[in-house]
Amino acid sequence: MLNNAFDFEKPISELEQLIAELRRPEKQDEAKAQGIDLDARIDVLESELKRVMKQVYSSLSPWEKTLMARHKDRPYTLDYVRLILDDFLELSGDRLAGNDEAVVGGPARLDGAPVFVIGQQKARDLRERQRRNFGSAHAEGFRKALRIARLAEKFQKPLILFVDTAGAAADLHAEEMGVSDAIARNLKELAVLRTPIVVIVIGEGGSGGALAMAVGDRVLMLEHAVYSVISPEGCASILWHDSKRAGDAADALKLTAQSAKELGVVDTVIPEPLGGAHRDPVATANSIKQAVSKSLATLAKKSITTLLDERYARIRKLGAWEE
Amino acid sequence: MNRGSWFGRRARPSRTASSVPEGIATKCASCGEILFARDFERNQKVCHKCQHHHRLSARERLAMTVDEETFVEIDGHLRSTDPLQFPEYLDKRKRAEEKTGLWEAVLTGTAAIEGIPVVIGVADFGFMGGSMGSVVGERVARAMEMGAAEGMPVVMFTASGGARMHEGLLALMQMAKTSAAAARLDLARIPYIVVLTDPTTGGVFASYASLGDIALAEPGAIIGFAGRRVGNQDVGTKLPDNFQTSEFQFEHGMIDRIVPRKEMRSVLAQLLGLLIQAVPNAE
Repeated sequence: MLNNAFDFEKPISELEQLIAELRRPEKQDEAKAQGIDLDARIDVLESELKRVMKQVYSSLSPWEKTLMARHKDRPYTLDYVRLILDDFLELSGDRLAGNDEAVVGGPARLDGAPVFVIGQQKARDLRERQRRNFGSAHAEGFRKALRIARLAEKFQKPLILFVDTAGAAADLHAEEMGVSDAIARNLKELAVLRTPIVVIVIGEGGSGGALAMAVGDRVLMLEHAVYSVISPEGCASILWHDSKRAGDAADALKLTAQSAKELGVVDTVIPEPLGGAHRDPVATANSIKQAVSKSLATLAKKSITTLLDERYARIRKLGAWEE
Repeated sequence: MNRGSWFGRRARPSRTASSVPEGIATKCASCGEILFARDFERNQKVCHKCQHHHRLSARERLAMTVDEETFVEIDGHLRSTDPLQFPEYLDKRKRAEEKTGLWEAVLTGTAAIEGIPVVIGVADFGFMGGSMGSVVGERVARAMEMGAAEGMPVVMFTASGGARMHEGLLALMQMAKTSAAAARLDLARIPYIVVLTDPTTGGVFASYASLGDIALAEPGAIIGFAGRRVGNQDVGTKLPDNFQTSEFQFEHGMIDRIVPRKEMRSVLAQLLGLLIQAVPNAE
């Protein structure tokens, strides 16, 4: 059943409630006594539900996708780490100033083979959300990420990056600790890190804070994730001085996975289960695992020189201009 | 007369000096001092009273930084497109072109600084807030690649509000592109000097502007990640008066030196001399 339904999901949650109501034992008994075939009615409603879901989720607007990407039941980095990897051992600290819990990472195994994984981590309950600063990393988080990335390089293990952040922290502490420097350094160092890197945008890909952990050889993106230079709200308030026009801004920004692929930023869009990742985290995790394994298998065949040349060429060609 | 103009809010002081009687004198954007145009130009658009460094166009910056008639533009033929068909983007760019006489928010080329050949890039805040779209990113990256290929030091004067949202994700990707190109300068052991000027913020500060081997800044420039108002401060956080200025960034270890405009050229020449001397020994 759908918790926390959005407006565009209303027809779905209504049908689901109806089906649940008919499934109640009292209803079943009542129907049996009256000789009514409830199962047949439920079947009809269920096929109708499937039809409506297909219709709704295959035609989500960019703004509706933004809401899906921010859904509080959507699986976060550590959910996928648990479902996809074994033996994950979390590492902490940037060895300079602190341990930013908006970023998690460490060694783990993918089908038995050692890898390193790093991701931005959102949270559900209020306490944990505050502890993780809602998934918005400070300089310490980006530096922790680079530190762990360097371990992957040293031990010649592939690196998997999960992206899910509204953006980097933008408060006084972030500025004092040099968050811009930390982002810039990640962009530069990941571009030349001597090990294969696969990136997966699983939820929100928010601006520079997302990009600072999204440079790699392959960039994958979940079907209902978003990736943008600025939040729709931020864009709307700059353009029209009205953050309520976020929907228009989301349209203009073309922030969907499908657009990101057309623009060449993303290599593969990973389909989500009908209704979104949060409806079936296990199935979503399996799809991610398959796509990551496939990418890593291809990358493992390349020499490090080829890998780095191709990574540079991939970054270099991004953009649109006329000569 | 409209009473509103008497009682209305005082206009926010613009960071560029406002013309009092057009062409003869201007008012300092910071202290309000009347500055006579000839003195103001001679003083490199720095207020003689409060030392406020007013913004410069890319052409003005080049004229006071490089040896006369040595600048040769590269990649001037690159033109932006409108990849997202973003509302009003083409109109805005057209107005920026007319206002600045430029095709984009950065000029790149080769030049000499006190006889030392360099690849130089100079941003122009007047062109859509110096924002970085595909062409800005491409010009910066090509300038760096040229420096690496020709063995010439690279000097970048930055001034930008950040990534250009009108080009969406492709603008964001220019952060990755310029940073990856900067990595190539490391591999080639080519000096990369950044001069942060007013204002350098957002995606430009969080990419190639923060990657110089040496980071210089003009005094009093706005330099920061998210603007003072964009940033989400915790309730009760008191921001220091110099928040997101050259001086703040210097205090926090993000800048090597704050260099007044009139000394910039000689400091650059001195620095370049010291760094390129080291190159043959580096082999």
